[in-house]
Parts: sequence; C-alpha cells; structure tokens
Amino acid sequence: MTALSAALQAAGGVPSDTYFTQPADWTWFIIPYFFVGGIAGGAFFISAVLDFFGRPEDRPVIRWGYYVAAIGAGLSGLLLIVDLNRPLRFWHMLIRSEEFPAPILKLWSPISVGSWALLLFGAVATAMAIAVLAENERIRWRWPAALRGPVLLPVLAIAGALLGLFFASYTGVLLSVTNRPIWGDSTLIGPLFVVSGVSTAAATLLLLGSTGDERAPADVTHRLSDYDSWLLLLELVVLAAFLVSLGPVVARWLSLWGALLLVGVVGLGILVPLALHYRPEWFRDRLTAPPALTAAVLVLVGGFLLRAVVILASETVELFPFSGSM
Amino acid sequence: MAEALGFFTDTTICIGCKACEVACKNWNQLPAAHGGMGEMSGHSYDNTLELNGINWRHVTFVEQFDAPYDGRWLMMSDVCKHCVQAGCLEVCPTGAIIRTEFDTVVIQSDVCNGCRACIPACPFGVIGINDVSNTAQKCTLCYDRLSAGLEPACSKACPTDSIQFGPIVELRERAQRRVAQLHGQGEQRAYLYGADPDGPLGGLNAFYLLVDEPEVYGLPREPKLPSFRIAAASAWSTVTALVVGVLGVVGLRKRRMDEIAAGKADAEEART
Repeated sequence: MTALSAALQAAGGVPSDTYFTQPADWTWFIIPYFFVGGIAGGAFFISAVLDFFGRPEDRPVIRWGYYVAAIGAGLSGLLLIVDLNRPLRFWHMLIRSEEFPAPILKLWSPISVGSWALLLFGAVATAMAIAVLAENERIRWRWPAALRGPVLLPVLAIAGALLGLFFASYTGVLLSVTNRPIWGDSTLIGPLFVVSGVSTAAATLLLLGSTGDERAPADVTHRLSDYDSWLLLLELVVLAAFLVSLGPVVARWLSLWGALLLVGVVGLGILVPLALHYRPEWFRDRLTAPPALTAAVLVLVGGFLLRAVVILASETVELFPFSGSM
Repeated sequence: MAEALGFFTDTTICIGCKACEVACKNWNQLPAAHGGMGEMSGHSYDNTLELNGINWRHVTFVEQFDAPYDGRWLMMSDVCKHCVQAGCLEVCPTGAIIRTEFDTVVIQSDVCNGCRACIPACPFGVIGINDVSNTAQKCTLCYDRLSAGLEPACSKACPTDSIQFGPIVELRERAQRRVAQLHGQGEQRAYLYGADPDGPLGGLNAFYLLVDEPEVYGLPREPKLPSFRIAAASAWSTVTALVVGVLGVVGLRKRRMDEIAAGKADAEEART
C-alpha cells in the first residue's frame, strides 16, 4: 500500500464519489429562479385551496396568489433563458431542433420535465390571473369569466395547484439527480424545497394581503400565518433529515455556507419567525412592524438563503485534489 | 450498429509526454486556456489540471514520494469514458447528446443550448463549456476520424501505446492478458477499471489499467448514473407535498370549519 493510499484510508477515504465531478455554474440566475419558482408554485396552491375552501372575504389574497404565480412563472422562464449559454436556443428544451417541430420530453430528466411543467404552469397561472383581473373589473374583457365558471375553475385550480407543488419541488429533485457533492448525496432536497416554497409563498401573500388599497381581513392573514408556522416546523424536521442523509458529506457544512445555513436559514428564517408567531410578546416592545409581518419578511430572507447555501455549498467544491500532485 | 469502439489505457507505460493532449488539441482545433497566456498550476508537471470543454485529453501526474528518490510516479492519460450507460446523455434535455454507431457518446454543438445539466451529471467531471462555441463539449472519440476509417488522434500519437484504440471486445481481452502479465512479473496491484460490462454504468468504452486506488487517479470508486436517485427523490417530494397539501387544506379552512361548528352549536343551544 502506498503512502497516499494509506493517507486516504486513514482519513476515512473520499467523503463521496460526488467529489470527482465538475460544477455546473448554476449560480446567480438559478438561485433567484429556485426562490421565485417556489413562491410562484406555492402561491397558486394556496390560492386554489382558498378558492375551494375559503370565504368571500379571502378574495384579495386569492387574487394576489394568482398574480404572484403568473408573474413568478414568467420571471422563472426569463431567468432560465438568461442563464443558458445560448439563450436564443431556449426552445431546444421543448422542441427537437433537428426534427422540427417534433417535441422532446425525457421523463427521466428533471430538467426536461421541469421545462414542460414551467410552460404548463405558466399557462394555467396566466389564465387564472387574467380571470381574476376580469372578475375584479381591472380589465374589461368578458371571456375570462368562463375560466372561473363551474366547469373550468375546478379543472384549472386543481391542475395549477398540482403543477405548482411540482414546480416548487422539482428543482430539488433536479439537484439530487446529479453527481455533485451534497446534491447527489441526498434525495431530500425536493422535500426541503417544496416545504420552503409554500412557506415563502404564504409569507409573500401575508405581506401582499396586508398592504395596498385592497387589504385582506385579519382572519385570512391569521390563517396564513398559522399555516406558515406549521410549514416552518415541518421545514425544520426535513432540514434535519436532509443533513443526516448526507452522511460523511455533512462535513461540507463546516464552512461559511454552514454558518449561513445555521444563522440565516435556521435562526433568522425559521426559529425567529416561529418565536414571533408563538411568543409575540417577547418582541412587542422592540418591533415597529406587526410581528406577523416581520416574521413573513424573515421567512422570505430564510427561503432565499436556503437556496443560496444549498447551491453554493456544492458549486464551490472543486475537483478532488488527489488527481494532482500529492 | 457498427462494432463498439473505444480506448484501453495502460497507465503503467504512460510516460507523461502529453502527445495525446497536443494531438487532441490540434486535430479538434481546441482553444488554449487563459487566451494562450502561460499560467503555472504548481501541480507537478500538470498545467492542464482537468478535463473540460477545451481539454478533451488530460494527463494526470501523481507523485508518490516519501522522500527524494524514494517513491514512484503515476501517470494516466484521462478522457471521456463514453459510458455504456451515460449520465450526460440521460439528462440532456435538448437531445444534443447522442450515442453514435460506434457506441460512443457525442455532443452535437449545434443543438446544445448550454443549460449545463450534463456537467454535474457526469460522474467523472469530463464535460465543460467551451467558451468559443458557448456550448458543452468533450471528447468525441474523434467521430470525424472514425467515420473516415481513421484512428483517433490521441491514440495515433501515443508513442508507447499506453492509449490503445480498437473494438472494445478485443481491447478487454488484450487488457486481461496485460494484467496477467504484470501479475506474473510481480506487480500484483495491477487491475482493470471500467472494463467489466456488468460493472458500474454498464462498463466504460474508455477503460484503464491502474496500479493504485481509483481515487488516487481522480476516478470515483463506484460511478453512478444520476437517475438512480430519481425514484426516491420523487417519492419523498410527493409524500412531503401531500403533507403540505393536507396541512394547507386543514389550516386554511380551519376557521371556516370552526365557525360552522360554532354555528351548529349555537343553533342547538337556541333549540333547547
């Protein structure tokens, strides 16, 4: 046995086979895409649930949800296109360029399925946004009323809610279906992103419903705040399971990214909002804004940081150094 | 399909001359790094450092010395493995990555849109963006030369036949004989990496004879297809989405149900 082999074994070997791969350079457009995509998908889901199970007073929040979903889907598409090295070839994601106009869909490739999901989700979210704009008499078209009729509303709402949850979670599955450190070492990034996505969507709707001319009644914002708190508790559990699932690769978090995960995501993004929800009296003298709104802002900061650290902690791992001189 | 073709690289006779790197760069007209400006890596005699979009061959240098003149050099000319089950081909959403009639894996530059999904999917870190074409690129196993009945540029240039090109079936037999020869000469550490068609990724169409752990050469021990995680990742995501959904339905309509319950209670009270 050589000295190097001995050193490798003494160090417990390479943490994972994922350390021999190259980073994708998915960074400054992909982090906001993952964040916005989670909010858009979650917002549609929440609006659809309120559409079915809510009350007439919930309408301002329902409308905001569909607007956020439509704008978020559009922004997601834009971020994805700008991130491509050849943006003008974005349509190659959907159409076989060599066999135009034959479509291309690979069910075993999350990026392929995700491209179609974004297209469909964007279409449904835009349809619903137009429908509620017309319902609220912001536009004078009559035809969108049919979209909220007894036949189309359930179809669009259920399809959009399912697509929304898929859209919020597939980005995590996409990361797991790689061979990169952290991403390829756990199958729990999808669950983490779907919980965080819907949680940040609830926070966004809470903030939007509490501002502007058309404020939502306190009852619906309370329900959103309650729901978000349950999601934060669930996120804490999933995050712990995710870290355990990494095995030896968990050591990668002994870094700046781990500090950001602990302080930014767990502390500021989960624990403080939970304390603001369950123990608002602790903060009352120190805050100028209502505790629920402060919590919502922190949830959004935590949601963004979660995606940033999950991506950057892996992207910054270089090729394993044993391939060079030792 | 024509016969599966590939490389057998015998690292014990590589002398680190880098003729393969030069021949590859030359034939495929690949650009220099850093705009041609010299930049020393400090890693042994290796300034190429890795395989990527502009380096389709890379000679790895490993210095194993406990003291001056007390140790050995390991050198290995690395390349795309043209995996029988290729992760890059699997995830590519555009269909730019194809399997050719020679059982090799090629990226069509005119189809690739630079989404970079193939880069983290490759378990060997082979693929990178070529800044000239702005698309993902890697070794084509000289598809143009094979189509013309020629040998790939790198193996043609290799002065020691460390890189051997040919039908995979023949190369495997030749490699087994070489391992037996080395064992007979007392080099018991010799073994084949990636030659087993029943092994990881269905075998590699560019396989190696090594004399140390795979990690020492920068190779993963058990390379995996990225899609082997898709079922578990999707299942966990679905279960979690269901929990999120149920919490949503229960939580967001809770007050309404409470009110209905309260209304019923009031009605009961009024009746009694």
